[in-house]
Amino acid sequence: MLSLVCVLPALAQETHVGNLTGHAAAGKKFYQRFCIGCHGQFGDGNGENAPWIDPKPRDFTAATFKCRSTPTGTLPTDQDLYNSVARGFTNSNMPHWDALTKQTRIDLVAYIKTFSSRWTTDKAGDILKIPAEPPVTIQSIAHGSELFQKLECWKCHGQQGRGDGPSASTLTDSKDNPIRPYNFAAGTDDSRFKCGAENQDIYRIFMTGVDGTPMPAFADVIQPNDAWDLVHFLRTFQVNRKGKENDVLRAAGGKIPKAETKDAPAPPAAAPEAKAPGAGR
Amino acid sequence: MRYTKALAVSTMLLLCPALIFAGTVSGKVTFTGTPLKSKVIDMSKEPNCAKAYPTPPVTESVVAGAGNTLENVVVYISAGAPDEKSAPTQAVTFEQKNCRYTPHVLAMQVNQELKVVNSDQTSHNIHPLAKTNREWNKSQPPGTPPLSEKFDKEEFIPVKCNVHPWMRGYFAVLKTSHYAITSDGGKFSLPNLPPGKYTITAWHEDFGTTTADVTITGGETKNVDFTLKAKAY
Repeated sequence: MLSLVCVLPALAQETHVGNLTGHAAAGKKFYQRFCIGCHGQFGDGNGENAPWIDPKPRDFTAATFKCRSTPTGTLPTDQDLYNSVARGFTNSNMPHWDALTKQTRIDLVAYIKTFSSRWTTDKAGDILKIPAEPPVTIQSIAHGSELFQKLECWKCHGQQGRGDGPSASTLTDSKDNPIRPYNFAAGTDDSRFKCGAENQDIYRIFMTGVDGTPMPAFADVIQPNDAWDLVHFLRTFQVNRKGKENDVLRAAGGKIPKAETKDAPAPPAAAPEAKAPGAGR
Repeated sequence: MRYTKALAVSTMLLLCPALIFAGTVSGKVTFTGTPLKSKVIDMSKEPNCAKAYPTPPVTESVVAGAGNTLENVVVYISAGAPDEKSAPTQAVTFEQKNCRYTPHVLAMQVNQELKVVNSDQTSHNIHPLAKTNREWNKSQPPGTPPLSEKFDKEEFIPVKCNVHPWMRGYFAVLKTSHYAITSDGGKFSLPNLPPGKYTITAWHEDFGTTTADVTITGGETKNVDFTLKAKAY
């Protein structure tokens, strides 16, 4: 496992700094074997299967990617793309491709990058720095809950994280196709998010945003520690998942207390607003 | 006062060759055909904003005046004037107020600073659906400082807020500093044009574009009117 972790960046680096054309040529053969059916000959997401697929296959000519460690509006790193190929996309028709060798996946990434000239004019953005995760406490969950209200995540994701907020039914992606907000509550133990299964993946998703979809980036408006609190709270939406967040919540009687005034934003005047969404939990 | 005047005069003298013989193109934009009626916006899901409107507001994709004059049309020099080498230092501001964009169409130069302000008591996300420029999407909760952004390529970019689907505006990112947006009466004016041959383009979000050629020979004012065709639905 450790060796895997060590090898990946080296290979990705090879794609990035090495002779890209050479690798892309190798990737092309595999693309035509495995990817063309959905993503299409021209990489525009108009493969012959595309009409029957929802969400639609990625259009590589736009060079807009969902799972990035880089800021919204910037290109992802090779490693990000490699991870997406290997991991696949949950709730979509994109399977994981870990049956292909690492070299093949990296060749594929190199080929995917030939569909947009942005890869020759732009550089990948700066990688989001994620500080070490603080311990899960009922206070961090409570503060995360407060942030969920304050940042109005519930407008789309709903008060129970079921993807049924008031704006949910109106959402469209950047190609005007209807799109659903993530339903946190649906999964069980092995459930994962679009861009990974770990806590730091959740952290990364809302900080960098999911480009091409309605999900915005929050990196400018959430402080690192607050972000971890939000992660801990979001985990409690996964009611069927065994994990430390649900353990802590259960130990606290299954009820999220009103957050301690960590950043004291709640003057008495704001009381009615705070009451309405938080009540009933 | 005297100082300001002296400054103004000396500035004029400095810019003399350009300004004294500079011409102006002005006119108005109208349309033919029947546009779709504006739709009434239902803001009931956002009471904070809904209460700002005594009567429910309507969509702004076609804002017409008497005699089929058309507002929110970007009129700009699309050929004939050199591209601006640098962007103005002054930022342009795009405000989210009462769950609407002010202005509905905001023009700016390539690489000019754009400030996005949230004056509402609700979270917005600013999502410019750029194709030539990079598409980005940022959240802006109430009370957060203005976002500072810029676009480095010429493009007309639709902007939306995914939380409030009725919010839709446009960024017009232009290479030229000679532009105007039609207001009341569909009127526009492009001043300070040095002598030369120009192509002027009028762009409207729903009705598309039309162009006209004009030659400026000196300190004259030329009248150029544009007629756009209402999109048939």
